[in-house]
Amino acid sequence: MKLHYCLSGHPTLPCNVLKFKSTTIMLDCGLDMTSTLNFLPLPLVQSPRLSKLPGWVLKDGSTFLDKELKECSGHVFVDSVPEFCLPETELLDLSTVDVILISNYHCMMALPYITEYTGFTGTVYATEPTVQIGRLLMEELVNSIERVPKAQSASMWKNKEVQRLLPVPLKDAVEVSMWRKCYTMPEVNAALSKIQLVGYSQKIELFGAVQVTPLSSGYALGSSNWIIQSHYEKVSYVSGSSLLTTHPQPMDQASLKNSDVLILTGLTQIPTANPDGMVGEFCSNLAMTVRNGGNVLVPCYPSGVIYDLLECLYQYIDSAGLSNVPFYFISPVANSSLEFSQIFAEWLCHNKQTKVYLPEPPFPHAELIQTNKLKHYPSIHGDFSNDFKQPCVVFTGHPSLRFGDVVHFMELWGKSSLNTVIFTEPDFSYLDALAPYQPLAMKCVYCPIDTRLNFIQVSKLLKEVQPLHVVCPEQYTQPPPTQSHRTDLMIDCQPPPMSYRRAEVLTLPYKRRYEKIEIMPELADSLVPLEIKPGISLATVSAVLHTKDNKHVLQLPPKPPQPPASKKRKRVNDDVPECKALKPLLSGSIPVDQFVQTLEKHGFSDVKVEDTAKGHIVLLQEAETLIQIEEDSTHIICDNDEPLRVKLRDLVLKFLQKF
Amino acid sequence: MGSTRSHLRLGRKEAAFPALGKGCGVYRDRQCCFPEVTADTAEVSYLPVSAPGAGQDVGRSCILVSIAGKNVMLDCGMHMGYNDDRRFPDFSYITQNGRLTDFLDCVIISHFHLDHCGALPYFSEMVGYDGPIYMTHPTKAICPILLEDYRKITVDKKGETNFFTSQMIKDCMKKVVAVHLHQTVQVDEELEIKAYYAGHVLGAAMFQIKVGCESVVYTGDYNMTPDRHLGAAWIDKCRPDLLITESTYATTIRDSKRCRERDFLKKVHETVERGGKVLIPVFALGRAQELCILLETFWERMNLKAPIYFSTGLTEKANHYYKLFITWTNQKIRKTFVQRNMFEFKHIKAFDRAFADNPGPMVVFATPGMLHAGQSLQIFRKWAGNEKNMVIMPGYCVQGTVGHKILSGQRKLEMEGRQILEVKMQVEYMSFSAHADAKGIMQLIRQAEPRNVLLVHGEAKKMEFLKQKIEQEFHVSCYMPANGETTTIFTNPSIPVDISLGLLKRETAIGLLPDVKKPKLMHGTLMMKDNSFRLVSPEQALKELGLAEHQLRFTCRVHIQDPRKEHETVLRVYNHLKGVLKDYSVQHLPDGSITVESILIQATAHSEDQGTKVLLVSWTYQDEELGSYLTSLLKKGLPQSTA
Repeated sequence: MKLHYCLSGHPTLPCNVLKFKSTTIMLDCGLDMTSTLNFLPLPLVQSPRLSKLPGWVLKDGSTFLDKELKECSGHVFVDSVPEFCLPETELLDLSTVDVILISNYHCMMALPYITEYTGFTGTVYATEPTVQIGRLLMEELVNSIERVPKAQSASMWKNKEVQRLLPVPLKDAVEVSMWRKCYTMPEVNAALSKIQLVGYSQKIELFGAVQVTPLSSGYALGSSNWIIQSHYEKVSYVSGSSLLTTHPQPMDQASLKNSDVLILTGLTQIPTANPDGMVGEFCSNLAMTVRNGGNVLVPCYPSGVIYDLLECLYQYIDSAGLSNVPFYFISPVANSSLEFSQIFAEWLCHNKQTKVYLPEPPFPHAELIQTNKLKHYPSIHGDFSNDFKQPCVVFTGHPSLRFGDVVHFMELWGKSSLNTVIFTEPDFSYLDALAPYQPLAMKCVYCPIDTRLNFIQVSKLLKEVQPLHVVCPEQYTQPPPTQSHRTDLMIDCQPPPMSYRRAEVLTLPYKRRYEKIEIMPELADSLVPLEIKPGISLATVSAVLHTKDNKHVLQLPPKPPQPPASKKRKRVNDDVPECKALKPLLSGSIPVDQFVQTLEKHGFSDVKVEDTAKGHIVLLQEAETLIQIEEDSTHIICDNDEPLRVKLRDLVLKFLQKF
Repeated sequence: MGSTRSHLRLGRKEAAFPALGKGCGVYRDRQCCFPEVTADTAEVSYLPVSAPGAGQDVGRSCILVSIAGKNVMLDCGMHMGYNDDRRFPDFSYITQNGRLTDFLDCVIISHFHLDHCGALPYFSEMVGYDGPIYMTHPTKAICPILLEDYRKITVDKKGETNFFTSQMIKDCMKKVVAVHLHQTVQVDEELEIKAYYAGHVLGAAMFQIKVGCESVVYTGDYNMTPDRHLGAAWIDKCRPDLLITESTYATTIRDSKRCRERDFLKKVHETVERGGKVLIPVFALGRAQELCILLETFWERMNLKAPIYFSTGLTEKANHYYKLFITWTNQKIRKTFVQRNMFEFKHIKAFDRAFADNPGPMVVFATPGMLHAGQSLQIFRKWAGNEKNMVIMPGYCVQGTVGHKILSGQRKLEMEGRQILEVKMQVEYMSFSAHADAKGIMQLIRQAEPRNVLLVHGEAKKMEFLKQKIEQEFHVSCYMPANGETTTIFTNPSIPVDISLGLLKRETAIGLLPDVKKPKLMHGTLMMKDNSFRLVSPEQALKELGLAEHQLRFTCRVHIQDPRKEHETVLRVYNHLKGVLKDYSVQHLPDGSITVESILIQATAHSEDQGTKVLLVSWTYQDEELGSYLTSLLKKGLPQSTA
């Protein structure tokens, strides 16, 4: 039986567990960070505006929460260190998880919570770019939260009784008691040390029972889909895949064919936006703002879409007359991210790969850096404050606008309508992200770039790879809540997909009927095949079954040991047959005439045949023996004359086939 | 019904009852000669060695492996010691009639050294091969550069014709498929290959070649100890039928790396101190980078001023490759590359030809590494006459090269135009070339656990020593084929079949705890149809074939002298059997009959003799042993003392 446990309710940040042939496999370890939108931003520099926000007062006038909750333009925020919504940890004992398969660097952010707090002792598998860039994302996250120490840690509002009284969205927030503060760097390092690196199309054996294989998914550097299979069952785990041509290696679709079950997660979060159109809009908005003397702020992750944006700008800058405008990339891992992007040639699309053969860096941002058009800094402090010139374009994190250097720029530029903030990351609702900064004068442009599969591509993919069953988050089985008429924005396949939601367990349909077994060469040599029908041959096999490490082997039975001579006297009672010797089944029928002839040939002279309703009775008068022969049975009835019985048996067997 | 008995021979490719235990032949080219092979060869064939004086030496690598009907060519090297036809393998030995493409399933290149890939454009473009060529990404990147460099020296400088062109190198590289480490590449439905990290040089890989359950591992050149820029070779316990390993340093157990490095630095330092010039012939990529890192840090630490030069051409490019393929270098360099790129040197500058005549001390890295041509040879000629100078050979030199000559003690060299060059400068040899030493080779064998080992790329005497050592320690057969000789190794693979889960579960349910003394026999029917093998229960086999079971039953009459009443006799029989057959289920049924397992015993009075009872014992063919045993037991009569 195969079970599927859903531990995360976020369809693009999944965390599922699959029980498959006695192994327990966790698929991704996504961390839902939308919870941070309920918190006040962490300013790098003391912000008078934020510190002056009024405390929240209940309708009845009680003020006991005014230290924990602050109000800003009609929204209520928790004034505390931001917290994240973890995957479900109670649904099953996570210490029993044998392996964790990571599909891309965005889907591993909860890893330290799982590997360091649940008694996990297994192995994590991920590609090298996934690990390196995942480490950068975690480093940035830890850094941007730890460098703004906050004395206060609010917990009163989490009390169930209190939460009921709060305004939306805090009132409806799920599992707030499970929300956790960010992990620390030692925990990150401990978690990452449990990862084993894998390459695309590498076959990894788990306990001899299951084979897992990562396949290129086309979404990000080193991003993978996974095949989980035994000899007879194949489960494909598709998570965060893209069919668009960007920097990563293209998606491997062919290997997903013939799946019994296809688990489909990580589709685009903005199914109505065309990424190409968005990039165009991004460039034109950027250019317009800068030409008008304003600054552009691009909240972003330190890796991923930013590489594509920089590449677009590289081609666009000169034609748009932006050659003199400085581009700043600010992140504690900015330098590392830019450097790392250049060394993963093997994981890049063909065009970029060929550049490395020249040898040239695969991404043109190397040239932007060389020509001083793009500058990167670990933070706004230090060198940056000396070099800083306006108008400029700043890429910095975090896209939630709750922590990181972006908070400073929002405070700095928010008051002027000349400036623009352009949202490109699709993970957070931009209105929610902006809420604690309201009222804002700066322009806000929403150009979400999500290259993951849209529903048209999904239905094409499913037609192509033809899985027997599709399993997906419930969100994909109905139109988006805001566009309930768009029935095209859901998965449409036959049979309809099985859907899951957070904390739900599914039993996957599929029953295997065969298992692999190996016949040792000595045994194979001893087998005697017989052609039963044209093209079909049979051989009866009596062999010893050995099972080790989930692998089955058939060997020749050992030769029976010679009974010791001294025991001869006691034979009477010792001779009880030890193990049931296995006799084959018989099939066929006995032609009476030929049988009688055979009997006569073997010295039975007084054979008499009588017809019965169902067949014949053959009488051997002298031996007082009778043989009933029917279509599907033969019955030999005789006196206790063992030699005679054995002789008759052998004559009968001549006419029958053994199985 | 057909009663033709034949021994079952199972295989994957052929129909009906094909040959099992296919040989896995390895055809080794040493000098000029390829053995003639056919796809199904499973016999040992010794082929004549056509090159005179050919011994096992470190020449070029080109090995043909035939495994389960698939033909794979491993490496396609050229011999540095020759300038004529002998430098390339004679590919006509692979197949005389028919195209190479039809005969070879694929070609694998282990790394970018020319003795492993130098003949590739000749092979693919001039002889003609259009099938896939596999190599790692760095090899694919660097290989064409070295080939072009080699072509330039040969054609442009030496004016040779009948050589491959630049365009041919390009066309050849188009046939290359780049592979990732550990990626399983499906060449066709049956043949798969997998690359493992080999150290040695950037992008060097060992390859596993697998068909079904038969496999061969080819190491190419490898290095089991990490050095200053590369990591150590690694392979998993893949238990190949055959491991083909290089054995360049078959007898050497090299002293610690640190000692060699100290020694090297000391020699360089002493020469520079006394105002001498140091020439280090290297290949542009590989050892050169390691030695540069070594000298760079030493110069930094000792605050030395003497200039270090790297001969022009590939230097900058080479360092670029190292930077872009940094994931192929060792842990330390990978970890720190963002902060400090180890391949950006402060003290090492580009060399200009004019510098060679500058007075004063200097250190020059120049290509190529065996002093057989190019800049290194030019500088050598200039400096050879001065005893203050020194040449350090950091790697192996092939027979016939100037490098090999001076290393074997020759001090008077005949150069082109009959000119005699007297070598007065000091000649030092430092084993820096990253091959596995004897210890390393043994270590790799321990890792991979092969069933057979085949030594190549080494010298006969040294290989013999290693062969003995391997056979002693691992108890596996070890081969060291002579030039052009074919080695055949018989594999005996087990046959994978599908077993019905019902049958398997039935069997595993019976014997959860395996008893060593009494192994459980499982009984099933192997059905063979269209090359598919399925093991099912006999019942299922009958059902699938639409056949009915034919029941064969025996009933024997056993006469027993017992005057008692029938039911008392039955009771006596029951008690007797229960006493004897302790491990069996013996039951006395309400209708007066007895069952032992599925065997039925009924008693009736003899029609004529009241003192005799007739026991009818009835069983099926499947229970024959027990039935037959029961009748003989009952025939002996009942024991007297039965209460």
